[in-house]
Amino acid sequence: MAVPTVAAPSTGFAPTALGGVGRVVEHHWRWYRRNWRATAVSSILQPLLFLLAFGVGFGALVGSGPNAAAATGGVPYLVWLAPALLAMSAAQSAAFESTYPILSGFKWQRIYVAMASGPLTGAQIGLGVLSWTGLKMLGSGIVYVLVIAVFGGVAGPGIVVSLAAAVLTGLAVASLITAFAATVENEGNAFSALFRFVVIPMTLFSGTFFPVDRLPEWVRPVVWVSPLWHGTEIARGAALGTWTLVPTLGHLAVLLVLLAVGGVLVARLFTRRLAA
Amino acid sequence: MIAARPVGAPGYGLVVSDALVQARGLRKSFGAVEAVRGIDVDVAPGEVFGFLGPNGAGKSSTMRMIACVSPRTGGTLSVLGMDPGADGPRIRARIGVVPQLDNLDAELSVRENLEIYGRYFGLPRRHVREKATELLEFAQLTERAGDTVEELSGGMKRRLTIARSLVNDPELLLLDEPTTGLDPQARHLLWDRLYRLKREGVTQIVTTHYMDEAEQLCDRLVVMDGGVIAAEGSPAELISRYSTREVLELRFDPERRPGAAALERHADRVEELPDRFLLYTADGERTQGDVVGAGFVPLSSLVRRSSLEDVFLRLTGRTLVD
Repeated sequence: MAVPTVAAPSTGFAPTALGGVGRVVEHHWRWYRRNWRATAVSSILQPLLFLLAFGVGFGALVGSGPNAAAATGGVPYLVWLAPALLAMSAAQSAAFESTYPILSGFKWQRIYVAMASGPLTGAQIGLGVLSWTGLKMLGSGIVYVLVIAVFGGVAGPGIVVSLAAAVLTGLAVASLITAFAATVENEGNAFSALFRFVVIPMTLFSGTFFPVDRLPEWVRPVVWVSPLWHGTEIARGAALGTWTLVPTLGHLAVLLVLLAVGGVLVARLFTRRLAA
Repeated sequence: MIAARPVGAPGYGLVVSDALVQARGLRKSFGAVEAVRGIDVDVAPGEVFGFLGPNGAGKSSTMRMIACVSPRTGGTLSVLGMDPGADGPRIRARIGVVPQLDNLDAELSVRENLEIYGRYFGLPRRHVREKATELLEFAQLTERAGDTVEELSGGMKRRLTIARSLVNDPELLLLDEPTTGLDPQARHLLWDRLYRLKREGVTQIVTTHYMDEAEQLCDRLVVMDGGVIAAEGSPAELISRYSTREVLELRFDPERRPGAAALERHADRVEELPDRFLLYTADGERTQGDVVGAGFVPLSSLVRRSSLEDVFLRLTGRTLVD
């Protein structure tokens, strides 16, 4: 019989708070390196289709009559639309990334469960997932800007600020929906209701395709709670150079508050769900 | 593969007599349901410790508390000398966990699953690359390293999950129903791997509802039922304490089935199951002769050694796997 032995101390240690978030991002980056082709195709195709349909097709209908000029401030419809589309696309992909993939991480593939059985905490996992969503939106946003440029929809360097505003908008939306998804137990109707009653109305009535002052008076308070409207105001103001300081700071503050609230909820709800 | 040193070797820091896991009055409730109702457990370094019991006995709840993913409702618990409530991440960094349900990333390759998991434990990239190579060898998955997990069989996924749990060279390995759903060949291969780990000094805690698994793997085990510990000891101790050496199993034609009382004078104890009688006796062959000599005509009879299944039946009045 061999001498009884006891294993040497483990080589593992718990990463720092930020390091743990980074490891979760790294996991998703690994996945992306394997699967980027499919993502790349859709991130080029989506802006292409939207710009063709609304910027070029619908834009020709809008024309450049006095009515249109009053709404767009005199710039071509495509130029007026493009920065808002950028924000809308970020908000939309944020909604997709934060629903079924999150449920899968808890329930189907259970990769969050695997992460939590190591030294990572629920908060690190949730915030890591959110950070990755932000990075991915930044990547597809850059592609979006390039496609806009090809169509001649870029008015000037302000579009870079529009991109930042779009990513911030997407992050605010993603944080809130990710937090919600962490409470969803099965596919049921939760996500389809979310898309039908929240995401699609938000997409249509946040001033992307027409100015919100064209809406009836009583609808406007609904617009004010839409993160996409706040993001669109910054993105468009920056791209066209029409922004003014105080309203812009107001929009920025709303988005930052939403993101902070969403981030805290994500950290708490991931922790709760992973420790039953 | 796992660096091991003899107990008491120079530079060895751990006090070997200290329990790696110690629980006193440990409880877990889910709302009104009490899953674990006050258990005491000590797991010594280097041993393979088992929780044996039917589904719903509280094994997995206990395991999740030891794994520091489920907060305890009451009692005290220390794992590697730390409190799971306060030091969860630090404890989890030094243990390995094989969950009941595989939670590999199906869209990553076999090798990537090992490497990325190692990164959670703060290990440098180079270290996890080398460790992954070593673990692929250990799990006999070297040829499948580049395949995605989706393409693997159930047994291979299980081996990969075990390999993954070793990426941080854990001091304590927790295995929750490690072979449920595997075919016999895959189970034996897994048992072999776990036995190698034991020889390397890795302390293991296993839950199972298979008595043969518990007998194969465990140095010491507790039988759990209804959230409490019904008995504790080595498999051999439990069998000699709660059962006889041999068991005679008799099946009768339902039309001509005798009552249990009629068989009782031929054995130390008789258990009546829906489809058969179990006669507990020191010498099965002899009891079989006595029964037939007394005029009983069983359809079939079988003499076997007592197992943990019999211990469980004695302790709880129920069979382990229904």
